[in-house]
Amino acid sequence: MKIVVDYDLCESNAVCMQIMPEVFEVRDDDFLYVLDENPGDEHRSKVDECVNRCPKQAISVQD
Amino acid sequence: MTARSVTIVGAALAGLRGAEALRRDGFDGPITMVGEEAHLPYDRPPLSKQFLSGEWPADRTSLIGSAQLSELDVAARLSTRAESFELSSRVLELSDGERLVVDGLMITTGSRARVLPGGERMTGLHVLRSLDDAVGLRADLDRSPSRVVVVGAGFIGAEVASTIKTLGIDVTVVEAGRNPLGRVLGDEIGAICGEIHREQGVDLRTGVGVDAIEGAERVEAVRLSDGSRVNADVVVVGIGAIPNSEWLRGSGLTVDDGILCDETCLAAPGVVAAGDVARWPNRRFGEVMRVEHWDNAIEQATHAALRLMHEGPGDEATEFTPVPWFWSDQYDRKIQMAGRVRPGDRSQLVTGSFDERRFAVLFGRSDRLMGVVGFNRPRHVMRYKSMITDGVSFADAVSADV
Repeated sequence: MKIVVDYDLCESNAVCMQIMPEVFEVRDDDFLYVLDENPGDEHRSKVDECVNRCPKQAISVQD
Repeated sequence: MTARSVTIVGAALAGLRGAEALRRDGFDGPITMVGEEAHLPYDRPPLSKQFLSGEWPADRTSLIGSAQLSELDVAARLSTRAESFELSSRVLELSDGERLVVDGLMITTGSRARVLPGGERMTGLHVLRSLDDAVGLRADLDRSPSRVVVVGAGFIGAEVASTIKTLGIDVTVVEAGRNPLGRVLGDEIGAICGEIHREQGVDLRTGVGVDAIEGAERVEAVRLSDGSRVNADVVVVGIGAIPNSEWLRGSGLTVDDGILCDETCLAAPGVVAAGDVARWPNRRFGEVMRVEHWDNAIEQATHAALRLMHEGPGDEATEFTPVPWFWSDQYDRKIQMAGRVRPGDRSQLVTGSFDERRFAVLFGRSDRLMGVVGFNRPRHVMRYKSMITDGVSFADAVSADV
């Protein structure tokens, strides 16, 4: 799976970072950085939680 | 005993996420979702922002299409209100007259906007809670009003004022408290919210109530408790929300400012509640709480759905002990808060400064870290939220390198 962030929607609420700090990082410049765009399928449920709980619905997954 | 079918009453964010959680958990029985509104579940936060500003069309707020809902194998009964429920017979009565005997029941009926005590109804007087409310307000803004009065400087009021101001319309905000959001964020931070409103050219009146909305068919002015009168073509009332739980009076469930649940979100055998309508003891904070935040609707609905599925003896019922979190976008500020803060809690600025309006403040009670408020500091808020979850002491949080 590939994680796609729509940066026009993302407002760096950092919810994803709290759920998967190894994948998402909001840095001090207030921008979100995706540290691992292709996490293994074993992380699917965590990634889905990030997608669901993003306040801006800015995260999607391409299989 | 595990439910063979589940009825979800309330077709908004919590109801939808609950249904999804049931399917993810492998539940393959029938799921029916009953919703009072005519719309499939949609997202409310953009209503006061992107939708109201005209940036987004209504359909952009949709959370799920009918095709996806069919794929999820959820039967939606829209424009249908639940009128009553009887626990002993498990009969759910709907506004179309049908009486369903339900097995598993998930209550996600949410809350509605509080209105002014007089209950005035006239053209130009709005609340903002549903998509239909937002459509109505948006139509009034399209008529180029000369001034909008927003009653209540809480989160909805502040966001509405912020959006309307960017449309070039004059705004007066009336707040009964000493400062906007003072009760939630404390007076020091509330005062900063007030300064931000005023800097943006909003006419903010604090410490005054509304005596009357004046007008015949249409709103003409708002009369305030200090004797002043503000002319307005449009009035938006944002003075809080009331849980939609009256329909459950006499049901056998405990209704007390929401549906009272146990620590695990169970209201009765085979009945769970989640979102704005659910009140439950959150052991982490030693407090019976009801949380109206967007994020809680998702987290609690997910928890409650699993609770419904794992009810039998031997199934471990997990307590629901979240750290509440929300955000609010006002002008160019992103305000976020996590945890529970009370008047009298001590506070400490840990990063940034009030002057630059970019900071994080921690709140503590005895030696415990209880909450964090951030202005344009999302990363810090989330780090401190984790510390609240982990039970880090106030002193350790203050000295932590974040």
